[in-house]
Amino acid sequence: MRADLEIIQEWIPAGSRVLDLGCGDGELLAWLHANKQVSGYGLEIDGDKIATCIERGVNVIEQDLDEGLGNFASNSFDVVVMTQSLQALRYPDKVLAEMLRVGRTCIITFPNFGHWHCRWYLTTKGRMPVSEFLPYTWYNTPNIHFCTFADFERLCLQLGARVEERLAVDHEHRHSLGSKLWPNLMGEIGIYRVSGPGLADHRVAV
Amino acid sequence: MPTAFPKDSVGLVTPQTAHFADPLALVCGRSLADYQLVYETYGTLNATASNAVLICHALSGHHHAAGYHSLDERKPGWWDSCIGPGKPIDTDKFFVVSLNNLGGCNGSTGPASLNPATGKVFGADFPVLTVEDWVHSQARLADLLGIRQWAAVVGGSLGGMQALQWAISYPERIRHCLCIASAPKLSAQNIAFNEVARQAILTDPEFHGGHFQEQGVIPKRGLMLARMVGHITYLSDDAMGEKFGRGLKSEKLNYDFHSVEFQVESYLRYQGEEFSGRFDANTYLLMTKALDYFDPAAAHGDDLATTLAGVKADFCVMSFTTDWRFSPARSREIVDALLAAKKNVSYLEIDAPQGHDAFLIPIPRYLQAFGGYMKRIEV
Repeated sequence: MRADLEIIQEWIPAGSRVLDLGCGDGELLAWLHANKQVSGYGLEIDGDKIATCIERGVNVIEQDLDEGLGNFASNSFDVVVMTQSLQALRYPDKVLAEMLRVGRTCIITFPNFGHWHCRWYLTTKGRMPVSEFLPYTWYNTPNIHFCTFADFERLCLQLGARVEERLAVDHEHRHSLGSKLWPNLMGEIGIYRVSGPGLADHRVAV
Repeated sequence: MPTAFPKDSVGLVTPQTAHFADPLALVCGRSLADYQLVYETYGTLNATASNAVLICHALSGHHHAAGYHSLDERKPGWWDSCIGPGKPIDTDKFFVVSLNNLGGCNGSTGPASLNPATGKVFGADFPVLTVEDWVHSQARLADLLGIRQWAAVVGGSLGGMQALQWAISYPERIRHCLCIASAPKLSAQNIAFNEVARQAILTDPEFHGGHFQEQGVIPKRGLMLARMVGHITYLSDDAMGEKFGRGLKSEKLNYDFHSVEFQVESYLRYQGEEFSGRFDANTYLLMTKALDYFDPAAAHGDDLATTLAGVKADFCVMSFTTDWRFSPARSREIVDALLAAKKNVSYLEIDAPQGHDAFLIPIPRYLQAFGGYMKRIEV
């Protein structure tokens, strides 16, 4: 399994109901179903990935996240997951608010634009950072809303959400001393567990 | 002989007839004392009868869903692109059953059949049928074939409604429900189109109150008009534009109302003409009424999620972007209700320019997802 999904699955209790936003080829849901009796749905818009989900038996709904989650009732999922999609959304703030409404706990991963490499690239070259991990140029990237860990945490604060856990890792999802000490500078990817405003004291039993 | 058929075809097929002597009580309050259903099967039923798939047809469809009746047959069955060895509904794996619904005009008991009570053709006396009635009659056919539970019930349009009704009426008898280009009930606009079609038939001077057969005539013009209006709604504006544009049959305009000037007029007239020669007017009335009446949520306070609370089947719902007869929004109503009822469901909105008829067209993404879903069904 993908390294970030390996980390995320530890935060998902067995038998829970999970909604995976931008579920890709359904790898996480298929694994959770097989190993943790998790039920749920993935939302995806890429046709080929949807086909893979269907073949592997994952419930997948073709749905554009930017149109919201109006078809899901409040608090209808134990966990709402969104890996590496936040930065590609047109309305990341609205989608995050929707995630917090629909799920008791939300797990979000996204690339950190505050990483030293991005800062260095912009400072020395004066151009938008391009790396092996984020291989797009500014005009053809699907990623339209980059943020830093600090930005994300401020948005959570504005939405009344609480950051329950945070992991800052490199692009191979390894922890390092640096990313622990200075996550916003040394972390390439953020893996967050956030709970909604109405459930600030809610704890997931893991 | 059958080697002349394509490799992925089910080849030469022969319709069969099943007789039912037990009276079938209908939703309208009447019952059919005795009736027959014509059906075809493709593939082989396995020892535990766990690989059976039911194909439900749409408005003007019938039992001939795949393969050929003879070497001379110009076109294979209506859903041949989806049924056969290696096709989405793989006949190497599944035993496929396709029937002509009760009230149809392709061999099953219908308005053109003899009424045993009077010895005359039913005509307008044939009872009005509902989707529920069809599902009950199909369950009896399943019993006869030794099929306790369908691996899947599959249908598009009106066929999708039957698949949905199967999941509601017989939750224990269906494992997977594939509901394609369908809706949980018709909209006022849908009913309006059906009413225009019915009025075209009912007001045809040769309709004779539905007893036209006794007069030795058929309401040809009415049927033709009904089909023409129906056909317009099955295609998208783009599909029609691409196919015909404003193309003319001849070089110049005639400035009259009788000649066929535009290509699209010629096409619609041909479709209507062809249809009126092979379809029964009373059956058309009956099928459109069944469409109008379908509304399983009505009995549950218009709450589709509550209606679906008892279903056990896993669902695959598919819609097509340019379908305006049963738009993607209508399919999403089914999906949303299934989500609210916490059922297993996958949903695809397939980008296709062909309109409602797209479900009959071999669009790669559609066939890939369809086949992918059928592959995951355990038998």
